[in-house]
Amino acid sequence: MPEIRISQAQFQPEPPKNGGERPAGTAAPEPSAIRKFLLSRGNSAVADRGFHLLMVLCALSIFGIVALIATELMLSSQMAWDKFGFDFFFKAFIDPDTRLPMYWDPVNGHFSALPFIYGTLVSSFLALLLAVPLAIGVAVFLTEMCPQALRGPLAFLTELLAAIPSVIYGLWAVFVLVPLLREYVNPGLIKGLGWTGLFSDDNPTGLGFLSAGVILAIMILPIISSLTREVMSAVPHSQREAVLALGATRWEMIRMGVLRNARIGIVGAVILGLGRALGETMAVTMVIGNSPEIHHSVLANGSSMAAVIANEFAEASGDLHRSALIEIALALFIVTILVNALARVLVWAVTRGAPARVN
Amino acid sequence: MGVGIEVTNLNAWYGSNHTLQDINLNIPANHATALIGPSGCGKSTFVRCLNRMHETNPIARVTGSVRIGDLDIYTDAKPVEIRRRVGMVFQRPNPFPTMSIYDNVASGLTLNGFNNRRALDEIVEKSLKNSALWDEVKDDLKKKSGASLSGGQQQRLCIARALAVDPEVLLMDEPASALDPVSTSKIEDLIFQLKTQYTIVIVTHNMQQAARVAEKTGFFLNGRMVEFDSTHKIFTNPSDKRTEDYITGRFG
Amino acid sequence: MRAGKHNLRAQVRALTDHAATVLAVFATLVVVTPLVAIFIYLIYKGASSLNLAFFTQIPKPPGEVGGGMANAIVGSGVLLGIASLIGVPIGIGGGIFLAEFGRGTKLANAVRFTADVLNGVPSIVMGLAIYSLVVYQQKHFSAFSGGLALGIMMIPTITRTTEEMLLMVPHAVREAALGLGVPNWRSVLSITLKTASPGIITGCMLAFARVAGETAPLMFTAFGNSNWSMNPNEAIAALPLQIYVYAISPYDEWHRMAWAGALVLIVLIVLAVSLVRYVTSRGVLKGAS
Repeated sequence: MPEIRISQAQFQPEPPKNGGERPAGTAAPEPSAIRKFLLSRGNSAVADRGFHLLMVLCALSIFGIVALIATELMLSSQMAWDKFGFDFFFKAFIDPDTRLPMYWDPVNGHFSALPFIYGTLVSSFLALLLAVPLAIGVAVFLTEMCPQALRGPLAFLTELLAAIPSVIYGLWAVFVLVPLLREYVNPGLIKGLGWTGLFSDDNPTGLGFLSAGVILAIMILPIISSLTREVMSAVPHSQREAVLALGATRWEMIRMGVLRNARIGIVGAVILGLGRALGETMAVTMVIGNSPEIHHSVLANGSSMAAVIANEFAEASGDLHRSALIEIALALFIVTILVNALARVLVWAVTRGAPARVN
Repeated sequence: MGVGIEVTNLNAWYGSNHTLQDINLNIPANHATALIGPSGCGKSTFVRCLNRMHETNPIARVTGSVRIGDLDIYTDAKPVEIRRRVGMVFQRPNPFPTMSIYDNVASGLTLNGFNNRRALDEIVEKSLKNSALWDEVKDDLKKKSGASLSGGQQQRLCIARALAVDPEVLLMDEPASALDPVSTSKIEDLIFQLKTQYTIVIVTHNMQQAARVAEKTGFFLNGRMVEFDSTHKIFTNPSDKRTEDYITGRFG
Repeated sequence: MRAGKHNLRAQVRALTDHAATVLAVFATLVVVTPLVAIFIYLIYKGASSLNLAFFTQIPKPPGEVGGGMANAIVGSGVLLGIASLIGVPIGIGGGIFLAEFGRGTKLANAVRFTADVLNGVPSIVMGLAIYSLVVYQQKHFSAFSGGLALGIMMIPTITRTTEEMLLMVPHAVREAALGLGVPNWRSVLSITLKTASPGIITGCMLAFARVAGETAPLMFTAFGNSNWSMNPNEAIAALPLQIYVYAISPYDEWHRMAWAGALVLIVLIVLAVSLVRYVTSRGVLKGAS
């Protein structure tokens, strides 16, 4: 602060002796019309409290929705649960004549979710196998390598992938992807890898686990890559610089400075993708083949938990059939809630600790 | 017309931080009173206690009494009622970005349910004239957004907005600290004119500014009010050694 | 360089670096390819099947040529209207709670977390829950139940974007309103929410675009209808449902219609997303400093 010795002249004259020192508490002058209006407005405490309450109710509706789904599904699946218990998810009915397992037989009232659990797991696993490396590749390219001018449009394109409705993916898969796999990819797989038993030559349709896995991979790619991008850009710049300062190449910087620090979040992103794949319905229903069987071959027809509901619920043969389908939905609900919760915790663990905005 | 302010044993906290300690002070009506002191001394917290803005922070707490006119603001009324009587101008100009100039000035009334258009037109014009902005904006009152004005104009717009509700007290929390020298001098001229009609409390870190506009000055240090006297006395012959050290620039 | 060994190592490192770059570029190309392929196919197959009748007529029985999806387009509109009436106010209310009242509280964290988790619940599950709640009780399918399912699906998304957009409103704007003695509810609605409205509208449109293409939650609620219906208490047609039914049918004529429907649907969605992108890239809170 500079020295201030201000001259007399700069000062205002002392306040006038009358009104100036009027102590608080003496009568205020006659209020103006505006003042009277505002004084008459009250303190709106009731309106404020009501508004607050309403907003709290809106927020609580989120819990209400979860509770509603859970109770409705539990009530409506009671019949199947009473009849089959936990065996529904683990055991199949064995036909006494042929000694073959009967998984899903609406006509005779035998229901087991096993083939659908199997189909969901296999198709989701295939999807992750294909999507994860690609998604991380895209995220690395977009955050670390891409020229600035390309970044916006490419990010927009991946966002668009996420905006395409499931039924359109299904349509495209039925008429383009499946024929493509059937004509060009599957024969190669059978010839080269048939000996593993995973690629058998007895399904001429092209529908099946692999087709479902490929279309699922395309569908979950955007979510994995955009979340991976988010956690990667949450890694502080200092981490990158520290590695670069040691003379690392760009790839070494990405590997050691970025991917290593973001790995928990990337795992979270992958699990979130898994959550999407587990519950994806329309596209899978259209290409998985919809037969309640368990096959080792990924080229065989199968079904998934979501697919069997979509495919059979409207024409369910009776209350038990309907109840069994709802029990599958309940299982799907619980599993996706758990998977998503885990994923969110992992993603939060990375992005929350990061500086508010990357600079 | 303004009313006086009587502050008794005012204490304020942010969390466990005791930011104001035992403040006692009488602010005269229809004059400008300046509060000076180094940053973090509690002067901003003090003015925010005068219209109960302090308590909008969930961790803030306050004890003691503040009387504005014949009203004890902590016992006799709710915060919204107090704030309608006590206008406030903030450190950074904060016009409502979605509103036109006209709507900004009228907002204190319209948002409180006043909608007599004819009366509003008059009040808006009068307030803008009072804040010396009328001539600069009268042609695009409803065309331009409040946010499209320059920083100094925005601050005068905020003053007009505060004046439109005809407050009894006008609190100004470093109103010129974000402005250029020309705008600053305009704001100071404005305070000079307004102080005959309103009780003005102005927080400033600029001692010349306090000297130019205020009749009374209080010096705050570490959450306490060290000295409160006529501006003339504070700047020429302070009774406390710490005040003297501060105004002569020995610290702060 | 002292020794060849070092040189070799440096070369390996440089090669790895190049390989990584090439792989990343390759991955990006692989990802972009299906997108381009889908669009090309949609335009190629869809445009050739689109005509005026598509927008003005209702479906013809299998085997007959012609007809359109007018009832499905209108039906989708009705469903989305009901969904927005339910989802938008509740979602915005939840977002207001998170940003204005609940900041930092345990309740707000729980709501936020649950909303994110709810977002990942498969839509077919939502459809079955609404089936049990409404359709099963009423014994008939209805547009209302379909709209309800879609509306509920919008809530978590809108809640979260509203919260994010409100948090971007500068604190100074809130203080200005408080300083004028404006009641809290009025200040939230007329100042904070209005300042954030471009971003909130964006969020609502994204949620809207997302449910516009949903098929699974409608299969057992709105159900579909090959005739005209605007009655919220009756089964109603919807564009995505119709596309599904036509796609899995054995008729070529219906396949053609499915492609046309898909093109219309995707154009609507891409328009919405692009608009959103355009608005957000111009600054969500223009003028709010």
